[in-house]
Amino acid sequence: MLTSFLGVLFDGLAYGMLLFLISVGLSVTLGLMNFINLAHGAFGMLGGYVCVLALQSWGLPFFVMLPAVFVVSALAGLVLERVLYRYLYRRSHLDQVLATIGLTFMSIAAATYFFGPLQQPLQVPKFLSGQVSVLGVDLNIYRGFLLAVGVALTIVLTLALERTRFGASVRASVDKPRVAEGLGIRVGLVFQITFAVGCGLAGLGGALGVQVLGLDPVFPLKFIVYFLLVVAVGGTSSLKGPLYAALLLGVIDVAGKYYVPQIGAFIIYAMMIVLLVIRPHGLVSRQ
Amino acid sequence: MFKRLVEVLAVSAACLAAVPAAAQEPLKIGMVVEMSGGFADFGMQMMNGARAYMKVHGDTVAGRKVQLIVKDTTGVPDVAKRVAQELVTNEKVDFLAGFGLTPSALAVASLATEAKKPMIVMNAATSIITTRSPYIARVSFTLPQVTAPLATWALRNGITRAYTLVADYGPGIDAETQFKKTFTASGGQIVGDVRTPMRNPEFAPFLQRIKDARPQAVFVFLPAGEQAVGFMKGFAERELDKAGIKLIATGDVTEDGVIEAMGDAPLGVVTTQHYSVAHDSAQNRIFLKAYAEVSGSSQRANFMAVGAWDGMAAIYEVARRLNGKIDGDKAMEILKGMKIDSPRGPVTIDPTTRDPIETIYVRRVERLKDGKLYNVEFDQFTNVKDPTR
Amino acid sequence: MSPLFPFRSPVRSRVAEVVLWMVLAAGFWLWPSYLALWSQILIAGLFALSYDLVLGYAGIVSLGHAAYFGVGAYAAGVLSRHGWGEPFSGLLLAAVCAGATGFLTSFLVVRGRDLTRLMVTTGIGLLLYELANRLPDITGGNDGLIGMEMSPVLGVFRFDMYGRTAYGYSLAVTFVLFLLMRRLVHSPFGLSLRGIRDNPGRMLALGYPVHRRLIAAYTIAAVYAGVAGALLAQTTQFVGTDVFSFNRSAEVMVMLIVGGTGMLYGGLVGAAVFMLAHHYLSDLNAVYWQFWLGAFLIAIVMFGRDGVLGACLRLSRVRLRQRPTGSL
Repeated sequence: MLTSFLGVLFDGLAYGMLLFLISVGLSVTLGLMNFINLAHGAFGMLGGYVCVLALQSWGLPFFVMLPAVFVVSALAGLVLERVLYRYLYRRSHLDQVLATIGLTFMSIAAATYFFGPLQQPLQVPKFLSGQVSVLGVDLNIYRGFLLAVGVALTIVLTLALERTRFGASVRASVDKPRVAEGLGIRVGLVFQITFAVGCGLAGLGGALGVQVLGLDPVFPLKFIVYFLLVVAVGGTSSLKGPLYAALLLGVIDVAGKYYVPQIGAFIIYAMMIVLLVIRPHGLVSRQ
Repeated sequence: MFKRLVEVLAVSAACLAAVPAAAQEPLKIGMVVEMSGGFADFGMQMMNGARAYMKVHGDTVAGRKVQLIVKDTTGVPDVAKRVAQELVTNEKVDFLAGFGLTPSALAVASLATEAKKPMIVMNAATSIITTRSPYIARVSFTLPQVTAPLATWALRNGITRAYTLVADYGPGIDAETQFKKTFTASGGQIVGDVRTPMRNPEFAPFLQRIKDARPQAVFVFLPAGEQAVGFMKGFAERELDKAGIKLIATGDVTEDGVIEAMGDAPLGVVTTQHYSVAHDSAQNRIFLKAYAEVSGSSQRANFMAVGAWDGMAAIYEVARRLNGKIDGDKAMEILKGMKIDSPRGPVTIDPTTRDPIETIYVRRVERLKDGKLYNVEFDQFTNVKDPTR
Repeated sequence: MSPLFPFRSPVRSRVAEVVLWMVLAAGFWLWPSYLALWSQILIAGLFALSYDLVLGYAGIVSLGHAAYFGVGAYAAGVLSRHGWGEPFSGLLLAAVCAGATGFLTSFLVVRGRDLTRLMVTTGIGLLLYELANRLPDITGGNDGLIGMEMSPVLGVFRFDMYGRTAYGYSLAVTFVLFLLMRRLVHSPFGLSLRGIRDNPGRMLALGYPVHRRLIAAYTIAAVYAGVAGALLAQTTQFVGTDVFSFNRSAEVMVMLIVGGTGMLYGGLVGAAVFMLAHHYLSDLNAVYWQFWLGAFLIAIVMFGRDGVLGACLRLSRVRLRQRPTGSL
């Protein structure tokens, strides 16, 4: 009884952490920049394909692949920011939704063209596969890895935002761009870099997720609900909000499917609606 | 006056032209398939399978040139109905064919009846489809047809306690129902069952439930795609096979298109289906070669392409026997009881149900000399009908 | 850009509308081989009109509007399947069921800001999708609802495979509903909605019951969506779970934006443009269609402020040398 509960808890936290990892990039762009980027999944997909190419075709080691994915996705974000996104910052949310859906469609078509419509093969390295027994509970190693990465990432991002000069400029630019500009902060550049980081994180999340979620050209639309869900429920004004939301949703989803599988499909949507109704501005909000 | 003369001449010319036109009019086959969206692969397989058949057997039959008109349903049944209507009323096709998804086939059925057009189902696998119109003939398979032999095989090989896991939608429920029925009828015990949501990224809780129940085997049906891949990887990672649980499934889970994405996880998994790319026969070799030439890529043919190939074979046979004059009722009479020498093995179209009677193979996943994974046939059940009809 | 009278004079507006409906009525002669396609364009246009009320007039960004379309479709489908195939009763039942669903869910939707509402509406749509899948005895589940037997419209016009009855029926129903909607948006109620969309705070300060208005608008939109769903079910004699899909909600948003919001006919124009483009382009290559659709959406946002209809109206105003009225 207890071991199965612990197992379910671990799996739930790991699933939640995966949800967080694929959504944290969106927290950055949406949360910090108030930009509804529905093409977030496209950057995740880009990360996934780079990961697959790196590991399967180019034979890069796993821990070289991760930063490579981040860099490639961030660069893609930089380019798109210059070409498209910067014109959309001041537009209505609806315009942003529409333009980014358009971008998503284009990315799906491109992925189908270059990679074909089928699932991509991926083998994680041996040291990350299988399970390990801890206190009588079998823990999946890759899921444990995801938990570790998530925690590390949250710490790094929070520290960067709260303790560094750059983090301060980001917060200033988001709150009061004109004043920040007046103080000599190059707001345009700050936004560019922040957006690129958000896209890099999206790609990283996508790459880390392939092992569990699979990868095909429809990835951005398949999982769009999950990223939006985490950020909406968690609140856009912090990173901790989406983290708590993701973990909570993950645990409840997995526990629900384990203990009451008949309602498995409904749980996550029902939870989302309930949480949004109780706290429309997210779990952790500034309001 | 002159204008009137021209009109009369034009009309006469048209009438004269119309008379022998019937023999030289192309034989039009309207393919209603999924070419975009999540099921884009289905349409590609069927279209290429049909074109491969035409490459080998020529594009003329009974004096008429065969014209394949492919329309995209986008995976939505109301679009399927609409394009089928256009094919029938505008293009005046002689045959409707294709149908990768059950809802599309069900939506179009009444049209086939009203227009008296033979409708060749090349893929959709739900049993009720052929009951919806007397003009439907199926050349693919049905889920119960593939599932029942698996249950029988399991019992024969000492598996008496099984768990079932299926995707929670029509085909999954069909498979679960049939497996339970056949398994328990001969003394097997179902120790647990679960239906997974259609959208399910993480199988961890379900795999844990299976592990807790300690069955000898778990019967799985999941649509080919990320569901099958996710489950297979999870099964291997959680070492359920090391816990003594055997994985048995319908061929959809180790389908030739997805199997490469699963790494080593599926090795040793036993599945049943009507077609494997590794089937050793001359017809299969011809089919695979033609398919590779037509599709131009290294993408493997799968059972849907074979369904299209055999559907074309049936259509050609009908056209030959009717000398090119396709009449719906006569076509159906020929289709009933038709024998097809398929790349999968022998197939007969049941004269009563218009469903395929064929051999269901028991296969195991192995890595062959070329380093790739294949479903290798090692046992079979011949002349299997759909057990629900 | 005045949504009230797109052409500067109300008379010109009226003329354009009459011409539009006359062209559609002439469809039996203009496009006799494509009546099924045009029926579906009309139905999509009606659905987009209902979405315009939500998005264009009430300002709610929703990605789950297909929920009400689906409820209407299944209501009509289930009624017909159980032996009552009279078409107008199906529409009535669909309107009632969809309206009730809209009313009940409206309380969830009128709170929060854009992102929250987006997610709640998406969640409702997805929940209903799962529910339809889960109740195969009622809905036929994933296979779809079969066995719908439609009686002839008005006892005379049988639904035939050429789509003639379907087209006439859809046209008549869509026409009537458009007229009613026109009345609605030009009424004080409609004007107040636009006020709420532009500045809810001020409307509240002026004493308008903002909440109640939004709930009313959302419910009416749900009724319209339900009727559109019922029309689709009745004209195809089939209902699949895709009526609830996220794709359908996203598509109607695209169609409305392409046509132009807040102009009453934007949805219909957008539906026509979208579906005709898809019809012709998907034959060429299904993958390219998606790419160009995406590019077109981006282009619309960057350059075409008010969608196709807006662009047409602006062009016509320039040509007629009228002063633009500015945006409202």
